[in-house]
Amino acid sequence: MSKPLVSIRGTTVFDGVQARKGYALNKMCFSFNSAENRAEFKRDEEAYCAKYGLNPAQRNAIRNRNVLELIAAGGNIYYLAKFAGIFGLSVQDVGAQQTGMTVEAFKAKLAAAGR
Amino acid sequence: MATIVGAITTSHIPAIGSAIAKGAQNEPYWKPFFSAFGKVREWLAEVRPDTAVVVYNDHGLQFFLDRMPTFAVGAAAEYRNADEGWGLPTLPPYRGDAELSWHLIDSLVEDEFDLTTCQEMLVDHAFAVPLQLLWPGERVCPVATVPVVVNTVQHPLPSPTRCFKFGQALGRALDSFGGERRVVVIGTGGLSHQLDGERAGFINKDFDLMCMDKIVAEPESLAHYSVPELVELAGTQGVEFLNWLVARAALTGRVSKVHSNYHIPISNTASGLMVLENRG
Repeated sequence: MSKPLVSIRGTTVFDGVQARKGYALNKMCFSFNSAENRAEFKRDEEAYCAKYGLNPAQRNAIRNRNVLELIAAGGNIYYLAKFAGIFGLSVQDVGAQQTGMTVEAFKAKLAAAGR
Repeated sequence: MATIVGAITTSHIPAIGSAIAKGAQNEPYWKPFFSAFGKVREWLAEVRPDTAVVVYNDHGLQFFLDRMPTFAVGAAAEYRNADEGWGLPTLPPYRGDAELSWHLIDSLVEDEFDLTTCQEMLVDHAFAVPLQLLWPGERVCPVATVPVVVNTVQHPLPSPTRCFKFGQALGRALDSFGGERRVVVIGTGGLSHQLDGERAGFINKDFDLMCMDKIVAEPESLAHYSVPELVELAGTQGVEFLNWLVARAALTGRVSKVHSNYHIPISNTASGLMVLENRG
């Protein structure tokens, strides 16, 4: 599979291209289901990333806590949510970061969709 | 044969589970959502299901990208919930209905659906939150369960048409069961939302309301969308509407709407709720 199945502005559909690119990153984030693994990550983040074989773009995106970079590096939002959970971030925090809005402005945008 | 009493479709947003854990149901933010479930519980008390077939998508608790089934059916005596990584309390185990599970598996495979069958299966918030909403205050869920997982995580996803046909085959399978069961089919997820990308926060009220209208009497009309169209209209996670289509298509009799609710926003999502009764 060489080209994305879907092209929608501001949207990266998680297809075979992304799944191949992001496998190591997503596998690491999947490991965060376990409290023990979350603690191990917090103790030595670089060593934990190395153990899962993250590539430089993935390691930088993890260091930067940058969701758009993590998605560009193949991350899937369901697994990335477990990474965000380590820092107690909600999906509103994650949405605000990706859209360049304050969390309050992002929440207001969601509420406005109901009117 | 099993009696299909109807279908319930509801959002399964993790924040709902947190609100239940905190007892926040009557707070202004939550009340418009939680208060809609009273009528659903009244209906459940009337139709008295023995077993809930729960159609949902796993969010990386049971399935990872190493093996990603398109359709998976639980076939266990018990299903366990577990830590998903972001702080929801782990809930008590759920009773399975292995006899019904294996009948459904036999019938669905005979009907040309190539399933993954699971004798061990962790069930995540998309399974657990709706059951908490329908049977609140019960430490242990009072109905037996059959988990049915649809891949909405890694594309290619099964098309809406395929999901509709899967639901129809599920309905036929329930109809041909030899034992006595009263079954409610639960479709979880949706409605429109997108968690990822610059388009995060996308919600499409017009599309959701149209779907909630058509799904009662003209559900086939909703099966004609392609997956890319569904992503565009409902958002990257709004594709969970596929679970609603499976649940609706499983109703084999005359279908009428008992109750519905629609509220924006719960977390990043337009929340939807429907109760559809099925009469032979």
